[in-house]
Amino acid sequence: MLDFLASLVPQFAMDWWIAWPSWLQYLAATLFKILILTVGVILCVAFSTYFERKVIGSMQARVGPNRVGFKGLLQPFADVFKLLFKEVIVPSQSSKFIFVIAPLLSLTPALAAWAVIPMNNWFVIADINAGLLYVLALTSVGVYGVILAGWATNSKYALLGAMRSAAQIVAYEIAMGFALVGVLMAAGSLNIGDIVNAQAGGVSNWFLLPLLPLFLVYWISGVAETNRAPFDVAEGESEIVAGFHVEYSGVAFALFFLAEYANMILISTLTAVFFLGGWASPFEGWTFLNDISWLAWLTAGGLHWLFLKMCFFMYTFFWLRATFPRYRYDQIMRLGWKVFIPVTIVWIAVEGAMAWFHVGPWSNLGA
Amino acid sequence: MMLHSILFYVFAGIMFGAALGVILSRNPVHSVMFLVFTFFNAAILWLLAEAEFLAIVLVLVYVGAVMVLFLFVVMMLDVNVEAAKRGLTRYAPLGIGLALIMAIELINVIWLRDQGEGAALDFVDLPEGYSNTKALGSVLYTEHFYAFEIAAVILLLAIIAAITLTMRKRPGLKVQNISKQVAVRAKDRVRLVKMDAEKKQ
Repeated sequence: MLDFLASLVPQFAMDWWIAWPSWLQYLAATLFKILILTVGVILCVAFSTYFERKVIGSMQARVGPNRVGFKGLLQPFADVFKLLFKEVIVPSQSSKFIFVIAPLLSLTPALAAWAVIPMNNWFVIADINAGLLYVLALTSVGVYGVILAGWATNSKYALLGAMRSAAQIVAYEIAMGFALVGVLMAAGSLNIGDIVNAQAGGVSNWFLLPLLPLFLVYWISGVAETNRAPFDVAEGESEIVAGFHVEYSGVAFALFFLAEYANMILISTLTAVFFLGGWASPFEGWTFLNDISWLAWLTAGGLHWLFLKMCFFMYTFFWLRATFPRYRYDQIMRLGWKVFIPVTIVWIAVEGAMAWFHVGPWSNLGA
Repeated sequence: MMLHSILFYVFAGIMFGAALGVILSRNPVHSVMFLVFTFFNAAILWLLAEAEFLAIVLVLVYVGAVMVLFLFVVMMLDVNVEAAKRGLTRYAPLGIGLALIMAIELINVIWLRDQGEGAALDFVDLPEGYSNTKALGSVLYTEHFYAFEIAAVILLLAIIAAITLTMRKRPGLKVQNISKQVAVRAKDRVRLVKMDAEKKQ
């Protein structure tokens, strides 16, 4: 793939590029990667709003958006332009500076966490050793945007939403962290590239089955962490209007929206990376597929597999939203503290036993 | 190494400014945000020293969890700025005293102790493939195993103590019994009655 891309570049451009000092080359290449990834994530966000409305529409026996563009495909862009041209109203009794930076504080971590996620076997912006910890740290920082927005608005509905969100995220983060402890025990590394490589070799080597309880805990905590239905008490339209973003309009609201969807895509991708083998193909080792030229992509790992797995989890997000009623607040807390955390702790002990007897992902450990 | 020094002084300067912001800003929520910013800059300084585990854990634990709870509490407070100002002159000597003790301790660590070895004036380049996480783990779980485990037990005790101290059993409080609710079967609650259709009047 890289060689193919390199062959497209004309010779004089190549010579010009090589003449650059190495630090400038590195800087330019990194900035270019960041640009590609950010644009990709934002496009995914745009089309996932369309995807969501179509999925929920069909589940509720409606058509969904079908007016703007072919089959309504341009609807996300129409929404973006509408939001861009609306006025941003800053409430007079609000804390102005914090009110304005709060949406940015929730968007930045959602985008920055993508830096350590490998898209295929060579595309990753920062291949760092403590990648898993970095992701965990950044997903936990995103809550500041919500809390500060709720506080700065100076409205009781917004403050209630912020309080609920803070308590919820702190509660579910512990279960999420414990689930990831299980992943790092199985992979033996904090580097996300190594975690994917540890799952190479088809479905049987994925962490999905040996870590099934942790997978469920991680995924449900992820839904709770992104404040999505059925855990969307921070917004709670029926009781606190729109929660923390009740006074936000125009671009400021659009940024919150972008952050929420970017976080959903991030959680979907992370679940795929940690439990479903990331960019690895489920048909790895089915060599007879390689003989049929148009089916070769099935056995080859790459971005397309990561994208498909991510789309599956995004679909599950929308499916949950269309299916379940909102949890009551005390039930959310009960689920987080009294169900998920004990489940993860027990399964970590089970993993310890599995590692001791060399079962599953540990079968080649010291043998 | 020149770039390292420049970055160090830039982030140390920002950190110092943010730390000043913590004590100088009037609004407690702004103070908390300055403290969060200070933690971030401290994490960057650790990253410069190639201690990526410490840096990320600082952000994860302090910024992601402790400060969120802090903000949670501070947001609920209705702080009287005038009363806080009156206290300033009363507590100033104590604050200055504490700051002096900490400064002396820091100087002691950096300067006096390292006189024999000579403290590094610059960041040391660590060997290729060095992992801070692995280095810390291999020491914590072998040499300092007992200290590490005892610290964990003390923390657990502190959590349990805090919960038992604040837990109140109020009489007449209605709570659900989830397992009872789940165990309910339709036949315990619903009685199906068979009856003939009645004639329309």
